[in-house]
Amino acid sequence: MMESSQFLLAVAGGLFVIGLLGVVIRRNALVMLMCMELMLNGVNLSLVTFSQQRADAAGAVMVFLTFVVATAEVALAIPIVLLLVKHARSLDIDRFSELKG
Amino acid sequence: MLVLREPMRVALALITSMTSLGAVYGLMGVHFIAAFQVLIYVGAVMVFMVYVLMLLEVKEAPGSRRFSRYVLPGVIGGALLVAALGAGMLRGPASAGLLPGEGDQAFNLVEFSSTFLTQYWFVFELTTVFLVGAIVAALAVVNVSRRRQG
Repeated sequence: MMESSQFLLAVAGGLFVIGLLGVVIRRNALVMLMCMELMLNGVNLSLVTFSQQRADAAGAVMVFLTFVVATAEVALAIPIVLLLVKHARSLDIDRFSELKG
Repeated sequence: MLVLREPMRVALALITSMTSLGAVYGLMGVHFIAAFQVLIYVGAVMVFMVYVLMLLEVKEAPGSRRFSRYVLPGVIGGALLVAALGAGMLRGPASAGLLPGEGDQAFNLVEFSSTFLTQYWFVFELTTVFLVGAIVAALAVVNVSRRRQG
């Protein structure tokens, strides 16, 4: 029988892996953004679990900062995606390959 | 989320998983993080995302592929990562046995707040600098789009 903190850590790892796979294998830019959010959620879960396990507030502080970073990331990424869609008329990430320098 | 074709369904799946994570946080005893999870992620980030999905409504060609050309190496790498994580988890030492949210180890909001504002106030202030940078970057993006239009 698994310990519950261990189970939560396994769930966090699973969320992170699913998010990472989504970023790697999908082609839709918005879906990739959502998978990044899923990765951040997995990291948050592991931070909260460790913070509870050690009875230490540092993990919860870190989760707060992650919230701020995630919100700012979305607020910046969405206008960039909008610009790209206006430019290429598509959400397909391969259409943007002309952007590489 | 990995195989759904419609972005809106992916968004709904993500909202479901975030709400469930909020419930998990609530069961762990960190109620205010649960509240923030629901408020910020579901209430702000995902509403924004769904709004953009409805705004764009870019129709992909019917025969278009769902996956990038990295699907095979990606799946292999993901399997390797899962194997490494699982091996580390099984081999690790039996942990100290503090179950989350148990007894007096449970999360203490007063302690958290005082720690947050005494020990970590500088980090908290740094996030404001970060947010100002984000605002400047967003304005730059808006500027670029204006210039493109004429």
